[in-house]
Order: sequence, then structure tokens, then C-alpha cells
Amino acid sequence: MSTTASPPLGRRLDTRAAAAGRNYLNESTSLRSWLLTTDHKRIAWLYLASITFFFFIGSLAALLIRLELITPAGDLVDSDTYNKLFSLHGIIMVWFFLVPSIPTTLGNFLLPLMIGARDVAFPRLNLLSWYIYTLGGLFTLTATLAGGVDTGWTFYTPYSSMFSNTAVVMAATGVFVVGFSSILTGLNFMVTVHKLRAPGLTWFRLPIMVWTLYATSLIMVLATPVLSISLLLIVLERVFGIGIFDPALGGDPLLFQHLFWFYSHPAVYIMILPGMGVVSEIIPCFARRPLFGYRAVALASLGIALFGFLVWGHHMFVSGQSLYAGAVFSLFSFLVAVPSAIKVFNWTATLYQGRIHLTGPMLYALSFVGLFTLGGLTGLFLATLALDVHLHDTYFVTAHFHYIMVGGMVTAYFGGLQFWWPKMTGRMYSEIWAVIAAITLFIGFNLTFFPQYLLGIAGMPRRYHSYPEAFQLLHVASSAGAVLLAVGYLLPAIYLPASLRWGRRVDNPWGALGLEWTAADTPPIKHNFHQTPVVTGPPYGYRNDAEPA
Amino acid sequence: MTAASSFLRDAPIEHVIVPPQASELAARYDGLLAILTVICGAVLLLITVLIVVQAVRFRARGGGPRGYDRLRARHWWVEAAWTLPTLIIFLGFFAGGLALYLAAFEPTQAPALTINVIGKQWMWKAEHPNGAREINELHVPAGVDVQLRLTSQDVIHSFFVPALRVKRDVLPGRYTTLGFNATRPGIYSLFCAEYCGTDHSRMRGRVVVLEEAAYADWLSRQDAAATPAAAGAVLFRSLGCSGCHAGDGPVAAPSLAGVYGRRVPLADGRFVLADEAYLRDSILLPRKHVVAGFAPVMPSYAGQVDEAELLHLIAYLQSLGAPTGPAAGPAPEEVAP
Repeated sequence: MSTTASPPLGRRLDTRAAAAGRNYLNESTSLRSWLLTTDHKRIAWLYLASITFFFFIGSLAALLIRLELITPAGDLVDSDTYNKLFSLHGIIMVWFFLVPSIPTTLGNFLLPLMIGARDVAFPRLNLLSWYIYTLGGLFTLTATLAGGVDTGWTFYTPYSSMFSNTAVVMAATGVFVVGFSSILTGLNFMVTVHKLRAPGLTWFRLPIMVWTLYATSLIMVLATPVLSISLLLIVLERVFGIGIFDPALGGDPLLFQHLFWFYSHPAVYIMILPGMGVVSEIIPCFARRPLFGYRAVALASLGIALFGFLVWGHHMFVSGQSLYAGAVFSLFSFLVAVPSAIKVFNWTATLYQGRIHLTGPMLYALSFVGLFTLGGLTGLFLATLALDVHLHDTYFVTAHFHYIMVGGMVTAYFGGLQFWWPKMTGRMYSEIWAVIAAITLFIGFNLTFFPQYLLGIAGMPRRYHSYPEAFQLLHVASSAGAVLLAVGYLLPAIYLPASLRWGRRVDNPWGALGLEWTAADTPPIKHNFHQTPVVTGPPYGYRNDAEPA
Repeated sequence: MTAASSFLRDAPIEHVIVPPQASELAARYDGLLAILTVICGAVLLLITVLIVVQAVRFRARGGGPRGYDRLRARHWWVEAAWTLPTLIIFLGFFAGGLALYLAAFEPTQAPALTINVIGKQWMWKAEHPNGAREINELHVPAGVDVQLRLTSQDVIHSFFVPALRVKRDVLPGRYTTLGFNATRPGIYSLFCAEYCGTDHSRMRGRVVVLEEAAYADWLSRQDAAATPAAAGAVLFRSLGCSGCHAGDGPVAAPSLAGVYGRRVPLADGRFVLADEAYLRDSILLPRKHVVAGFAPVMPSYAGQVDEAELLHLIAYLQSLGAPTGPAAGPAPEEVAP
């Protein structure tokens, strides 16, 4: 059901793009002009290149993990290598892909365009963020080349501080450094949203994407320093033997878990809120309806960001934390799930009476809603105190957070990338391949991760290099799915770059609204707008009238 | 120690998804799991159907004008209509989970049997009250309230028995407890669930649930060198503890007879309950709690005793009877709060 051929979505096809001469891509082309750029759109591309590189490394580690788990015995790689692989996978995917993914690429590109600004508030700081990210990435790659790290992405003490013989200090330094990139990006976005909105663009006229980027930035600025401090303490304990976490030195190992999850649970929302923003842009566009419950969705984003700070203890129900603390954290975990549920219902209701185009980006967005819903619902199992006792640290947890992080965030990232690809490049990619990729991704993802829920209920613990034979069937299913999933990810890596050469030149192929589509050229000029746009109404003014043929 | 991690004795696993129910808790657990699965499954189905049906019914090429959007006309009512039931269902899940958790993990009566379990990279070591020891295997009687006293020699581990639906992290420097009442004899999987290094995935074994008589029989056939208390008594002398705490040496130290379970007055005016954690701290970090009236002269024994020996010493101190000396302070009954 590809709609690329149907003209209504692309009424102004080719006209302005052809007329536009210079844009942010061709106004200068030297390497220097890219590496020293302060243009938010170019910085978005720098990030896109970097995170694609890290996504590839993280995925490769995941594939090796899935290959190893095809057989119950640990036979493909040895235990230490396996442990380093899942640690590498987690560290890279969380801090070098998921956390920066949508905010630094689509967010960087779109935030100023969506609010009618010439750039972010601090363009040079924006470039510095990318350099800091790259520096952090170099530390992490060095740690990998220096033999790797085997603590898992969670760096639990006292294993990480006193027992592991691997490159913990180097890896922790990488994560420490990249944290500053997050903080600076968050700060930059917050100031941008507060100070640079176009005339008439009130808070409740902002696209949901901007709301979610704002909520994400809030978490980045408030939570990341706690992670930095915790990692610093690990390094201090490891290098100087000061007793913070190791009980043999008089420390408390649970203290680290409290500090770590005080960052890392809110960070989960860093890794999903921007995805919610993307989906909130795509669904109204292809349903030709305004987003249902705009205010509820906007406020739910802030609610998630704030309540997300009060639930960290649900990672520690079986750790020896007090029973009453467990009860409170369980209750808050249920409460933080309410705004997420509200969003799902609102996206679904947006479809009602719509005029639905099942384009590639729309399929990604609808996949997101389904996968996020299952991921969220299984989160309720883990928030239920007694149920978590059995499910904690099993594959159920692995499945749950992959449904949110991968089924949710990565799917939204791919959907968003393709939705705004024409805006970023001025070219249209192959819609047929996008539809195929989206469907492959959906099937491959479910085949990979649904069996892991069952493994978890069956009692299969996480981070196991070898396992009892009884679990093999489900592991084989999961590994088979991973291959399909890899195909789903590789396809866009082929047809998107291909479009740069062979794609049609387009202006606004979706007939999308929003300042980035209606007020800026495709691709935009260096300073985004020929004149400052003035906003006079709410976002998402889509109409479900029959489109002119 | 022999290379216990070089071989694995997995319990036979016959289930594909739901593990066997080896306790009443397991049955109640599965009931709650089923309730959540049905409700959440229904919600997932609802959302999926709504998306698919609308994607077809309101497809772009469906022609024709669209009808009146009744939902949007009463937008805030609609929001309330799906938010409130959601909240109520969530609170129901919370209450159900909490109730079962309290029932399972806050045992009201004292356990009939306490077994010490020590996790270390990468094996489980258990010691029964009569001194019988086992590695990567734990024999327990059926129908008895069993309590495990868990601690770790090195990093954090987690004691996980799927058939009992129980799991508890095992921390270094701390005693945690895990109680259960296995009702169905059988052999069940035991896993370490907290990542603990190289051979984490080989830190697994079996929990053997025996009928009470069979357990007693098994226990009697074990080669138990000495009970923990007896082993502790030997240590108490060989480490030199007795020189100050039980002898009449030159250094004044508090008598330890009957100390366990008592409120001990400290030099800084506080009182502290002499439980396992206190005794452990007093051996390893003697300056943490200095008993009132004594000089802080005791050296630390950290590094000289391992976790098993610490548990032996504690068992010995527990076994000491009523106070014998004037320095011992009041008996437990008199200070019970």
C-alpha cells in the first residue's frame, strides 16, 4: 500500500526545492566547514555518522551474543569474552546510541526549525558536545581494544571496583566523559526552548516533539551528574582503595546501586521520551488528524520526566533494600506508568476518523505503539513486588527493556529518520523498501524478544554464557529472530544512502505541517528561515477531507 | 577447594515455560502472574485491534467524507474515561503484589531450620546446623519453614530457585535471609542471578527437597566434622579471642557469654542489638561499636577469617549460655523492649 505514487501527499512536489539554490548542505563543502560548523543541522549529521558507527559496533556484539546462545554450552567464545561482549553491547548501546540517538540527530536538526529559530541557543556549545561525545567514544573504544571491560553496563560494585581485572577505569572514563555531552545538549535545548520560540509560538502551540525533547533535556541535566559522581567514586575506589562501596574496605555495595539507578532509571526515559515525540509527529501527519489529547500528551511527557526520578528502587526489590522502601517504589512505579498509558490511548484515538496512509514512517510509528505497549505492560509485571522476585534478573527483564528501548526507541528513531529524511536531504528514499524494512523489523524484533519473556518466566537468568539444555528451544528462536532483525536494520543503511544519489528531489512529500515543513526550504538554508515565521494557531492542523486528486 | 566449578550438576528441567510449583507460594505466585497476563493481554489485544481496524476502516483510499468525531467533542471526558480505570487496575496490581510479597517474605513465626549459605566466585557453599556441608547443592526438608542465612565471600551474588519463585541477593559484608516452605519433594534448579564475573553462568546447582524423615536420614549420613558452634569454639581459642574475652589475661574485654540477642551499651551512649551483623562487625571492624567501659584495643580480624569461619564464630557465641561474669550485663529478658 505504498502511497508514494499518489500525488495528494506531495502537492508542492519539486517546486520550491528546484527553485532553491543554496542550502545548508551545499553552501560550503570542505571538511573543515563540517568539522568546525556551528550549524545545528550539520552537527546533527556529525552525530548521525557517529551514532551509526556505534550502533553498528553494539549490534555486532549483540549478534555474537545471540550466536553464542544458540547452543547451551559456552562454545563459540569463552566466558570472559562473552561477558565482555554483553558489557560492550550495553555500554555502547545505552550511552553511545540510545541516549544521544534522537535528541542529538533529529532533535538537533529539528528543534530550531520546529520553533522558528535560526539555531540552538549556544551553537558553539553544541559543537563542543559532539567533540566531547567523540572523546568519550574514543575512551570506550580504547577500553575495548585494551582487552575490554566485563562489568556489564551497570558497573555493579564491588565487582567493578575491586574484583574485575579488566579495563574498568578506561570504560568508566568514557561514560563519564560522554555524560558531559548529554548535560551540555540538555542545557542547550532547554535554553533554546525557553528563549528562542518564534513570535506567537506559545508553550501549548509547540509540537509534542519539542515537549519531549524539553522533558528529556530536563532529565539529562538533573540526572547525569549523579552518574558521573558514581563512576568517579568507582574509579577512586579502584585506584586508591578508598572504601565507598566495598564492604571489605568499610563501604556499602548497595549505595552504588542507589546512585546508579537514581541516574539510570530516569535515563530510561531519556531513551524513550524522544521516541514518543517522533511518533506524535508521524501519526497525526499520516492519519490527517490533529493529535488527540494534545495537552494530555504534552503534560504526560513532563509527568514522566518528573515522576521518573522517584522509582529507582524498583531495580532493587531483591537486593536487601527494606521492605517498606520496596512497597513505596512499587507504588510510584505504577503511577509513572499512567502517563505512558495515556499517551498510547491518545495515539490510538488519533487514528479515529482519520485518512490513514500506511507509509514507511507510519508503519514504524504504529510498530512503536504496539511494541511500546507490550514493553510497558510487561513493566507492570516487574513493578508488582511479588512477581518481580522471580522475574528479576531473568530474561523477562531483558525482553521488557528491549521492547521499550529497541522496539520503542530504535523503531521510532528509524521512523523519524525516514519521515524527516526528505527535509534533511531534499531527496526521497524508496518507499517500497521502507515498507519492507518496517515489516521485517517488526517481525524480526518480536521473534527475537518475545521468546525471552518466556525464558524469563521459565527461570533463565540474564548474562549467562552457558545454560541448561531445557532452555535451548527458546534461545534458538530468539537467535533466528536476531538475524531477521539485523536485516531489518541493514536495509535502511542501504536505501537511505542510495537515495542521496538516485532519490527524487522533493520538498514536502508528506504534505506535513509544522514550521520545519511549511516555513523552511527543503533542504533548509543555513539560517533556516528567510524571515522569522509567525505562529498563529495550534500545531497539527491536519484535515481529514478527501484530498484533491 | 577442589575445582567445584569445573563440573555442573543441573537439576532435571522438564518445563518449557512455567517452572514446577514446589511450594504454596509458587502456586499463589502463578495465580497472580496469570491474572496480570490475562488483563495485560486483553489490553494489548485491544490496542492492536483498534490500530489494525482503524488502519483499514479509515484508510486513505477509502474515499468518502469522514463522520463526526464523537471522541474529540468530549475530549476531556474521554481522557478521564481511560485514565481512571487504568489507575484503578494499576493500584489493584500494586496491592496484589504487595500482599503476596508480605505473606511470602515477612514470616511471622521463627523458622524451624536455619541453614547458612555462602556465595563465592563461583560456587554455593551450604552448612546445615549439624555441621553437614555441601557445595552447589542444598538439601532441605519438605513442609518445614526453612530460613537461609546468606552472605558472600566476595562480590554480590543472588540465590534464585525458580521452582520456589524466590530470589534474594547475596551481599558481601551483610547477612540477608531468605525463607521458604517447600511442599513438594523433588530436585530443582538453583541459579546465581546476579552477574558475578567469569563463571557466573556456571554458578548453578540444585535444591533437593526431601520428605522430613528422608532429610533427617540424609543429614545423619553426612560426614559432619563438627557443628558450626563446635568449630567456632575451636576458632575462638586458636585465634586468641579467648585470651581476652574468656580468660583472665592482662587486657579487659567484655565477656561474651549470653551476648547474642542482647542490647549492648556502647561507649558513645548508644545501645545496639547484638545480632549476627553486630557480632560480625565487632570481629572485623572492632572500633565501629566499642562496648561501654572498655578501651578500644581489640585488633581487627579482617583477612584472618573467612565468611564460613565468621558464621562458626557467631554460632559459637550464640551457643554460649547465660552470662557468667560481672561485666556481662543484664540478661536478655530484662532489656527486651
